[in-house]
Amino acid sequence: MTKIVFIRPDSEAVEVTAKVGDSIMHAALANQVPGILAECGGSMACATCHIYVDEEWLSKLNPPSSMENEMLDATASERRDNSRLCCQIEVSDRLDGIRVRIPESQI
Amino acid sequence: MCAGMVIVGAGQAGFQTAFSLREGGFRGPVTLIGNEKRLPYQRPPLSKAFLHGLADEASLHFRPQTLFEKLEIDFLPDAEVTAIDRASCAMVCGAGQTIPYEHAVIATGSRPRRLLVEGAGLGHVVYLRTIEDAIGLKEKVARANDIVVIGAGFIGLEFASVARKLGRNVHVVEAGSRMMARAVTPPAAAFVQRRHESWGVEFSFETTIEAIKSRDHVVTGVRLGDGRVLKADLVVVGIGAVANCELAAEAGLATDCGILVDDHLLTSDPRISAIGDCAVHPNVFARAPIRLESVQNAADQGRAVAARLLGEALPYRAVPWFWSDQGDVKLQIAGITTGHDHCVVRGSVEDGRFAVFCFANGRFLGVESINRPSDNMMARRVLALPQPPTLHDFEAFDFSLKAILDCPRDATPSDFLVSA
Repeated sequence: MTKIVFIRPDSEAVEVTAKVGDSIMHAALANQVPGILAECGGSMACATCHIYVDEEWLSKLNPPSSMENEMLDATASERRDNSRLCCQIEVSDRLDGIRVRIPESQI
Repeated sequence: MCAGMVIVGAGQAGFQTAFSLREGGFRGPVTLIGNEKRLPYQRPPLSKAFLHGLADEASLHFRPQTLFEKLEIDFLPDAEVTAIDRASCAMVCGAGQTIPYEHAVIATGSRPRRLLVEGAGLGHVVYLRTIEDAIGLKEKVARANDIVVIGAGFIGLEFASVARKLGRNVHVVEAGSRMMARAVTPPAAAFVQRRHESWGVEFSFETTIEAIKSRDHVVTGVRLGDGRVLKADLVVVGIGAVANCELAAEAGLATDCGILVDDHLLTSDPRISAIGDCAVHPNVFARAPIRLESVQNAADQGRAVAARLLGEALPYRAVPWFWSDQGDVKLQIAGITTGHDHCVVRGSVEDGRFAVFCFANGRFLGVESINRPSDNMMARRVLALPQPPTLHDFEAFDFSLKAILDCPRDATPSDFLVSA
């Protein structure tokens, strides 16, 4: 199990555990983390699972695909250098303790 | 027992209603009645990742069992509501059990339209709607060589792309003159067809089905209206869906190929709402009563009805959007583009990245995009503007959705151009 820390816009931290191989989106939904809508269920069709990954963890992630990169141009909250769609991030051991921030709005 | 919110149907719409009620702070009883054995799950991956073996069953569940318990959502699986006792405000279940409601939400969904030809009842003539269907289909595809898909709509084509990728011979037979004729413009459909053909999928358009041929109850082929016989050991039927509105009709609620609701998603009984695939609602984007079969519609109507039950009564006017993943093609639609009289293609058709802007009488209907997901997202925002731009405005902005969104709200494009 891998620990994931979601930080809400009001700075409250929500800590959840996730199975290796699941997506961060899946972990958020399974634990009722508010602010991750994930309407399309991980099909990269909605951009409602937008997160900001804490800088220190960014280098541990595979870079976004061209499709994800384009989706990130159209998120409801502003795109930043550390923006990602969490449906595209697979939970692995090396992400244990990863901290991600939830944007103000997803739609 | 204290009557609370009772939701009939545990698909996307019913699930969303239950969770939105709890997220919105509703504390009374919430009962979610499903006629399948499993926890509520996502259907879109059934014809895509699940069939391909890229997603397992547990990953399709919207939420784990523990969360239903924690939120005190009383989920009743494998249960059939047989009647609505409107006089005493109760759902009557198969076993004679009654469940009283303060308000009821009907989210019974739709079911595949059945093929009505000789041989259509054979075991290897299959449909795809439920996870049980998908599990069975996956097993059948593993043993099949020659698959005939009847119907060139989203489901049939998504299935065709997966089956072809798994190495099966796939022939799609369609009664209409082109694929996805109901939902997609000719330029986008032509591109998707070329992609399918490049993978080796074969097509017969304007072709009807005469019969499914068999020997000893085993499917051997499909006899077509033009006299040809296509060899087949598996036939997959995707010819549309019909609303599950019998329960509502028998209870005396107004129906017409779906349960009729107003713009607050209320049926002709103010204590009963209907949402999702089974409901015909007045849609501002279609400018007509319409029944939409989509994740967006199911989820947004579930949220809308929950918000209304919690006291936030706004008319339903969510922007419709759709998607279909076929091989490497991501097709997305924002808005209801049916009935367009003018379309403008932007981007590169050769490179497989383009968008089709659709208009009727100069009014913007929506955008279909191929492998340009940000166009879909931006088009949805443009459609949600209080005063959506017209064809004239689009021309002034050279069809840049971004420029339109960046334009100050109260300025018209001509103001913008003058000041620029």
